[in-house]
Amino acid sequence: MSGWLSVRAIAIVALLLALVLLPVHVELGGSRFLLTLFTRIIILALAAVSLNLILGYGGMMSFGHAAYLGIGGYAVGILAHEGVFTGFIQWPVALAASALFALVIGALSLRTRGVYFIMITLAFAQMAYYVVAGLARYGGDDGLTIYKRSQFIAPIDLSNKVQFYYICLALLFGSMYLVRRIVNSRFGLAIQGARSNDTRMRAIGFPTYRYKLVCFVIAGTLCGLSGALIANHTDFVSPAMMYWTRSGDLIIMVVLGGMGSTFGPLVGAVALLVLEEVLSSITEYWQIILGPLLLLVVLFARGGIDGLLGKVRHG
Amino acid sequence: MADLLRVENLAKRFGGIVATDDLVLNIPEGELHAVIGPNGAGKTTLIAQLSGQLTPDSGRIHFAGSDITAEPMYARSALGLARSFQITSLFLDLSVLDNVALAVQARAGHSFHFWHNARREPELRDPARTALARVGLSARADLPASALSHGEHRQLELAMALASRPRMLLLDEPMAGLGPEESARMVTMLRELKKELTILLVEHDMEAVFALADRITVLVYGRVIASGKPEDIRNNAQVRDAYLGEQEAVHA
Ligand SMILES: Nc1ncnc2c1ncn2[C@@H]1O[C@H](COP(=O)(O)OP(=O)(O)OP(=O)(O)O)[C@@H](O)[C@H]1O
Ligand SMILES: [Mg+2]
Repeated sequence: MSGWLSVRAIAIVALLLALVLLPVHVELGGSRFLLTLFTRIIILALAAVSLNLILGYGGMMSFGHAAYLGIGGYAVGILAHEGVFTGFIQWPVALAASALFALVIGALSLRTRGVYFIMITLAFAQMAYYVVAGLARYGGDDGLTIYKRSQFIAPIDLSNKVQFYYICLALLFGSMYLVRRIVNSRFGLAIQGARSNDTRMRAIGFPTYRYKLVCFVIAGTLCGLSGALIANHTDFVSPAMMYWTRSGDLIIMVVLGGMGSTFGPLVGAVALLVLEEVLSSITEYWQIILGPLLLLVVLFARGGIDGLLGKVRHG
Repeated sequence: MADLLRVENLAKRFGGIVATDDLVLNIPEGELHAVIGPNGAGKTTLIAQLSGQLTPDSGRIHFAGSDITAEPMYARSALGLARSFQITSLFLDLSVLDNVALAVQARAGHSFHFWHNARREPELRDPARTALARVGLSARADLPASALSHGEHRQLELAMALASRPRMLLLDEPMAGLGPEESARMVTMLRELKKELTILLVEHDMEAVFALADRITVLVYGRVIASGKPEDIRNNAQVRDAYLGEQEAVHA
């Protein structure tokens, strides 16, 4: 099953190649819509990668991860609304605000376990949702249109669709590499130990709360980046992007693709969003088809799609 | 020799049940001290309080000269107090070697290292392999811990305790559920360990207890009813009545 010529390796290389070459296909006359769709998929895959760090490796079932999409997005949107267009301010603010939010939520929720943890993360995300919906100055419920994308120096131009696509893709690959490094480091093993058996970790001398909190903050920050990208992609932010069903979508991507796998979240994001696109063009009742499909994967492929392809789990 | 562990008037209740009753216990450095007693006597509860998993209602615990009564579990472990669990408590989805390497990592300073591959660090892997070799699990290093037999889990527990380079081991029924051969191997292993470590051993296997212990404390309903050298305990009438009688045949 392992080795370079496994089904899994071929499938993943093919997927990565397709993602890299997609703009070429579009330039050669393919549908422009594909570029828009896949930019969105890549950005949400980045959010799923960040969720996988805490959910797949850390065993922290956060049901409020979309909050960071909103916070990152609104950081960009609000600053643009106030006339600050430079990405060198917008993006660090987006990341810092997400990190801070994660620190507060994590500090409170990580003292609890199981259902309580899920409920607290959900509650905080919903609170953020209502706070944002109440910001009359920034569009409230209706959201906020962004008239100018984040500005960077000379050759970088986010309004160039192809360029923006490649920037998102590079950030996705960069994040996947970062997460891979983290989970194999001492920190990553401490996190996985805490997922596996928290009591034992503390008994052998790990203050697990601190490690989990730092992990939670890293994941939130990374997801905030995804939020900043979405804002630039849709030129619009609204409270809907942090609604709890969006958090559910991110969980589905991670579980569908394969928890605790480097490529799982990407595979899951592609599978879920392409499926959604295809099914919804066939019937408006597409969720009736998607639901059972998801159930099958969860029931029969514990490692998600990546597991089906033959990923050997060792951690 | 100075006492490494000193327990003063420890008490713990669960509702109406008195699990630890005004318990006094002193263990000098280098001693293998066995704690025996019938089911429900409060042995596991005692270990849980010593390791910091449970907070006593009253009393004090001193380890290596400092009062650790209020210290959290991880801090006690950092001071060199390691515990094994009566019910096997491992990282089942990690490899056998990862399990032990985590115990090494626990003693190697903080783990806020985010970049280097910890599975390739000799400072973590080498001591872990050494500990596995000492308990005879080298050949199983790369399997997931869930693939091991019950007896091997007990060995792995011990390897993890060893790998954390403790000054004192708290062992809760390391022989539980082992076959005669595996038990014998465990006794040999403990006899080796006792040369370097102070050990508190909770065990129902009387043959093992009397073979290994320097001193024995007998608990009944959370109270110490006797404490002393193995010969004294064996000949103590109260202990025989309360506890040993039923097992007389085993070590007569
Ligand atoms: N968390 C708890 N809540 C309530 N009662 C408890 C709890 N833990 C232990 N007890 C009770 O405290 C008493 C001592 O239990 P403990 O597990 O310490 O006994 P033990 O000596 O380890 O027994 P065994 O030989 O069966 O392992 C028992 O009566 C038990 O039912
Ligand atoms: Mg017990």
